[in-house]
Amino acid sequence: MRKAYRTATDIEGPLVFVEVTEAVGYQEMVEIQVNSEMRHGQVLEVNGPRVLIQLFEGGAGVHLGQTRFRFVGHGMTLGLAPDILGRVFDGQGNPVDDGPAPIATLHRDINGAPINPYARDYPNEFIQTGISAIDGLNTLVRGQKLPIFSGAGLPHNEIAAQIARQAKVLTQEGDFAVVFGALGIMFEEAQFFINSFRDSGALERSVVFLNLANDPAIERLATPRMALTAAEYLAFDLGMHVLVILTDMTNYCEALREVSAARKEVPGRRGYPGYLYTDLSAIYERAGRIQGRKGSITMFPILTMPEDDKTHPIPDLTGYITEGQIILSRPLHKKSLYPPVDVQASLSRLRDEGIGEGKTRDDHADLSNQLFTAYARGLEAREMTVVLGESALSDEDLMYLRFADAFEREFIHQGSDADRSIEQTLDIGWSLIRQMPRALLKRIRVEYLEKYYDVAAKDELQMANG
Amino acid sequence: MNVGTIAKISGPLVVADKLPDACMNDVVQVGEKQLIGEIIELHGDRAYIQVYEETAGVRPGEPVLSRGEPLSVVLGPGLIGSIYDGIQRPLNILQKRYGDFIARGTTAPRIDHKRKWDFQPIRQAGDTVKAGDVIGTVEESALITHRIMLPPRIKQGVIVQIEEGSMTVDDTVALVRTDAGLEEITMIQEWPVRKPRPYRRREEPSALLTTGQRVIDTFFPLARGGTACVPGPFGSGKTVVQHQIAKWADAQVIIFIGCGERGNEMTNVLQEFPELIDPHSGKPLMERTILIANTSNMPVAAREASIYTGITLAEYYRDMGYHVAVMADSTSRWAEALREMGGRLEEMPGEEGYPAYLGTRMAEFYARAGQVYCLGSENREASISIIGAVSPPGGDLADPVVQATLRVVKVFWSLDARLAYERHFPAIDWLASYSLYDTTLDAYIRKQFGEEPIADRMLAMRLLEEENELKEIVRLVGLESLSPQQRLTMRTAQSIREDFLHQNAFHKEDTFTSLRKQYALLRLIIHMHEVAGKALEDGVAIQDVLDLPVWENIARAKYIPEAELESYDALVLEVSEAIAPLKRPSKSEETEASAVMEASEA
Repeated sequence: MRKAYRTATDIEGPLVFVEVTEAVGYQEMVEIQVNSEMRHGQVLEVNGPRVLIQLFEGGAGVHLGQTRFRFVGHGMTLGLAPDILGRVFDGQGNPVDDGPAPIATLHRDINGAPINPYARDYPNEFIQTGISAIDGLNTLVRGQKLPIFSGAGLPHNEIAAQIARQAKVLTQEGDFAVVFGALGIMFEEAQFFINSFRDSGALERSVVFLNLANDPAIERLATPRMALTAAEYLAFDLGMHVLVILTDMTNYCEALREVSAARKEVPGRRGYPGYLYTDLSAIYERAGRIQGRKGSITMFPILTMPEDDKTHPIPDLTGYITEGQIILSRPLHKKSLYPPVDVQASLSRLRDEGIGEGKTRDDHADLSNQLFTAYARGLEAREMTVVLGESALSDEDLMYLRFADAFEREFIHQGSDADRSIEQTLDIGWSLIRQMPRALLKRIRVEYLEKYYDVAAKDELQMANG
Repeated sequence: MNVGTIAKISGPLVVADKLPDACMNDVVQVGEKQLIGEIIELHGDRAYIQVYEETAGVRPGEPVLSRGEPLSVVLGPGLIGSIYDGIQRPLNILQKRYGDFIARGTTAPRIDHKRKWDFQPIRQAGDTVKAGDVIGTVEESALITHRIMLPPRIKQGVIVQIEEGSMTVDDTVALVRTDAGLEEITMIQEWPVRKPRPYRRREEPSALLTTGQRVIDTFFPLARGGTACVPGPFGSGKTVVQHQIAKWADAQVIIFIGCGERGNEMTNVLQEFPELIDPHSGKPLMERTILIANTSNMPVAAREASIYTGITLAEYYRDMGYHVAVMADSTSRWAEALREMGGRLEEMPGEEGYPAYLGTRMAEFYARAGQVYCLGSENREASISIIGAVSPPGGDLADPVVQATLRVVKVFWSLDARLAYERHFPAIDWLASYSLYDTTLDAYIRKQFGEEPIADRMLAMRLLEEENELKEIVRLVGLESLSPQQRLTMRTAQSIREDFLHQNAFHKEDTFTSLRKQYALLRLIIHMHEVAGKALEDGVAIQDVLDLPVWENIARAKYIPEAELESYDALVLEVSEAIAPLKRPSKSEETEASAVMEASEA
């Protein structure tokens, strides 16, 4: 039995200093007995006999002379076994679904270890989400980390659930699993996801970690790491293709700021600690594939941008780590377009690896580049209309304006239950592009124009004649 | 060896007591796991150590061992084609020994000590040699002949014995008699990373470093031995620009430092470079590349060291007489590592929490670039060019890291989010970017290609500037208010943007453009502008010019393969022939028109 200390000297917010006589390890877990309740904490700093502990469940009721602190001798771990699938845990990894605790076959440190870049395999398998704005323009591949940048009141949850429901790989099938980490969201939101998984039959293949808005904020720092430790186990030990959804990362960062402020650290931008980038990367970089291993981790972190501001530190630093971003647009949402994806500002960095002949279709890259360019021109024209009125536009600008309208209505917009194949997505793209004269289609190679633009034009001609 | 004990642990900062005779910047082994660290502050026998590995679980009372030497890299044949972490541990060996995840307290030889190299002496016994003199060579890769040099510490001596043969890096290849006695020369050297390697004399950069990227080479060129920075918000294509330069620049050695960036990006380089063929030599690109990968989730202190490790390797190859290009992606992450350590040391912060010495450190790093005459008696010319990516928060160029960088670098490629949204890549903003080497390099270009490319470039730049002003007018009062000449300017500028500046990194023919092709392509566009301008003066209607199908041929001209450059002459002819038959108003119409004018004036 390890020693318990009743030697707390200071307590401040979620932080407490304890004097110890044995050596305590950095980041070691601590059990705290407050009356009949067992709370948890973690060592943040060791300075000789003085140990700084962050309390997951807060400091209420902690007595400086009487509360007992027991150091458990290791960092925070998660018990793992194949039957964690289908289970619901709290933010510290305890089951909350009335089932018995799974009998762990192994325990892993939730901080994990960085994947050796040499061992990584480059993600290049196309994932069809059935959403044109993603598949056609900002293509997702297996092992990618692609966050959804959203704002309050936008349908990010619907989109994430739709992706979890529809995502498939065309070339091969494998075991798939979903790991869901709820970070400080409301009960209803979490329940929405769980219901969605249940309806699609994915719940048995899911692991859910819940840290809801009324759960301790500091516990939130452990929850995504729990989720990813489970995901790594499923992916790299059991060979499954794991989709990880973490929502809402903004709440996670707030918790980090809370601890940093309590430690009186020099703040970076907007009061967030200077190591926010490093801390976030330790979470996001756990997505990926490893050479010679079957499984993969594809990650969908969701974050709400305060005031829809993309330059806020949380979306900003996230964008620097992740391989692109899906940004939702309030104006599109207001036009009742779903999903309201701002395709211009969205980006998938791994797109070019996942598309083309043998993966999607040979014309994919050129077509989507052309769609981007034409849409950009259309938006410019729309901006001009606001100032000068439509009559001031040249014929060409007017054509681009019509294109942008049609593009939003037909290509971006689809139902939350519409599951479009990649061929359907690309064909819709061509049907829009065909409204434009061939000479303007500079981003498309002649061979593809011949194959898709001219051929279809000929068909139409034949139909008209026949 | 000195032994102290750990007193305090706070993230990557460990404080050790009772560590006597420690020196600043000495390398130490921390704790029972023997994590690698470096002393960054000393107070009496109390040492502040930044630890290059994760410190979870380390306890007070554990030992700290000082090796009594500064953080160094091992230099010798076998570096090319390697992938290292921030403190030169070979990641491929670590994977073999310790598995797919980075374990702690791991060690591995930094270059292969067992491999035999075929040493060919080029000096002989009896020769007097100086520091930096090449005494022999080994073929390191298909592209790189590794020159074995007399290390800088031996000022001068006489070769007593030198032999060719198959040898490991530790074998003695030569014996040199110096004033201090007999020195055994091996193929290996060690050098502290924070100390620049010496050279004989520094020169001003004067030659162009071609990158095959049109917007860079033609408009904002980088000189060999120069410095450039690429700031831009996320998603604006910093990494693709860096990768493109690493792939196609005509440097002889490429050091790519992935400093606090994505793991998958390093994997991309690792998997792609062996497949890619260098257009200058026809050999795989990996045969000239060294990678330093300290990804964002790897320990932050090693990130700080990674750019020094990279630049020291670069200096070593420079000393052999090679032109080296260093990519650092991203220097902002390095600056953040400085900030994090500064915060842990409870230093007084400067701007945005960055330490006050940020600017000094930044300048010291970029100052290690340059065009030099190497040490030694052979008069070797060599260079290091540095291209640093900067990732300012929110793309805001007022960021202290951007500002500290702009104070020292000479080329600024400003990436613009708006261009990236339109998928105009490389998203280098032609109005904001600059190169301070352009006048120096004009002389270089004039010598090889004559005056024409320079005149074309200046005209093209002027047209782009004018387009920007005209766009403002169009936005306010509409297109109709422009004169025919102005509308032609708009059209030509569009062609320059879309058909010249825009370049598809993923297109086989478009990803690399030789200087000759760049100039031919620009000539074609400018030629169109000139003959069309003439036609307008003759009274041709602007709409007739804009409707010409030949614009489409110009748009596709960038896809003409390098081997068929003579097609550009045909295209130039085609342009002239397309303009010639356009309807000019007949003499009578003209007189009629002037008669009407006179009448109305009257």
